[in-house]
Amino acid sequence: MADSTALRHKTAIVGAAETNTVGILPDHSMLQLHAESAFNAVADAGLKMSDIDGLACVAPAQVSEYLGIMPRWVDGTAVGGCSFLIHVGHAAAAIAAGYADTVLITHGESGRSRVGVGGFGGGPSTIGGQFEAPYGVAGPPTMFSVPIVHHMKTFGTTEEQLAAVSVATRAWAVKNPRAMMRDPITVDDVLASRLIAWPLHLLNCCLVTDGGGALVMVSEERARDFPKKPVYLLGRGENTAHQGISSMRDMAVWSGAAEITGPEAFRMAGLGPKDMDHAMFYDAFSHTPMYALEALGFVGPGESGPYFAEMHTAPGGDFPMNTNGGGLSYTHTGMYGMFAIQEAVAQLRGEAGERQVDGLETSIVHAPGGMFSATATLILANQ
Amino acid sequence: MQKPPRPLPQATPETKEYWDGLKRHELRIQRCSDCSQFYFFPRPFCPNCQSQNVQWQTVSGKGTLHSYVIAHRGHPAFDTPYVIAIVQLDEGAKMMTNIVGVDDPTAAKLPADAPVQIVFDDVNENVTLPQFKLV
Repeated sequence: MADSTALRHKTAIVGAAETNTVGILPDHSMLQLHAESAFNAVADAGLKMSDIDGLACVAPAQVSEYLGIMPRWVDGTAVGGCSFLIHVGHAAAAIAAGYADTVLITHGESGRSRVGVGGFGGGPSTIGGQFEAPYGVAGPPTMFSVPIVHHMKTFGTTEEQLAAVSVATRAWAVKNPRAMMRDPITVDDVLASRLIAWPLHLLNCCLVTDGGGALVMVSEERARDFPKKPVYLLGRGENTAHQGISSMRDMAVWSGAAEITGPEAFRMAGLGPKDMDHAMFYDAFSHTPMYALEALGFVGPGESGPYFAEMHTAPGGDFPMNTNGGGLSYTHTGMYGMFAIQEAVAQLRGEAGERQVDGLETSIVHAPGGMFSATATLILANQ
Repeated sequence: MQKPPRPLPQATPETKEYWDGLKRHELRIQRCSDCSQFYFFPRPFCPNCQSQNVQWQTVSGKGTLHSYVIAHRGHPAFDTPYVIAIVQLDEGAKMMTNIVGVDDPTAAKLPADAPVQIVFDDVNENVTLPQFKLV
């Protein structure tokens, strides 16, 4: 049987860029957000769009039509916010197999302004329509949040610890001029913000914005011939486990991360949690990075609450996390995973400005799709 | 402003027995005859061991409050705050529902693992929803 370790350090990200701005962009359609970030990433790699022969995004037919390209390899994996992490893993295999040489991965989403966007949700005979919608679920705040009380009950996790995640992340956003929310906040501020779905207050919830991002990937052999320092893919993992939150296997544990994507990514990379210098853990809500930290083995079960409260992940801490300000304070278009990869690349290249963490060699990017439904992990390095 | 209607389910061939049972005020779920586990939502095979040797059973409607949120901003058909819950049935399966009968719900009124009991809500002549109350 083939072994994924053969693909360790065999491909690299050589182009990475977001849309010119992120936030509230009613003058851009969803497809134009894909295109603007795609042109920026291709330019960042010193290439032309005609050099692209592979395309991955959640809607490749639409995007290839819009960009006017005809790739010879496509991936349309669309499992929510971690789709782009999965695209990176698939692109590595495609490049190694010779299916494509120069892969473009794009994201664009008019999540806030809803320009050029289709409908949302399924009909009454879908599984969600039958077994969740009748009980008044109304989008991620009342769905993704459902397991938290079980975590609190199992481990003694507190509202103050949940709030600490938002506080640490905001402290990074203060240093990022592109971030939407830049005023420092305290635990008391989070607890005093209005209730959305107890135990979540407004400041425990991610933003809703417009924006896009794109990446260009090539083989390790070619990677040194590009203008920017390559960011190598060392490990990856991917998984789907359920669709509706009511089918989550263990509401105290992110099973897809603990059982599949974490072990697979670390094994492929030949590294472990202690080797990670930096983390981008998708923060749809305050609890999402808590579940990630435990599932990936950085702390033991139930230890993430005290860990975040001790501010290890904030500026000056020993484990910098979500250094762009995260989905909580930087931007969150709906499927944020692309922005988590963008920040890991920026940090590994040393391009992160005032928020740059010195001496980084590795970064772990980890994201859910849907409501802990899909999961993906990437381990990236600049050496 | 008039409230929009509550979203209602539409059964499929695989789930019809469940929804028909609720109309008769019976909670009917499936159990695997090979691994003995009850499961939810309905499908003609066991999601734990993939056996197709499964049977419908009427269960007690008793369970415990496994996890929940108190929605303060939610679906416009609902009066806030309301409780969206995961109930673990005494037979083992977990399902989403609402906890009803708690005025102005707060965490203090909804202790984790509290015992709950099904209440059949006849929404109209075609649909009965399973709701739960604290015992």
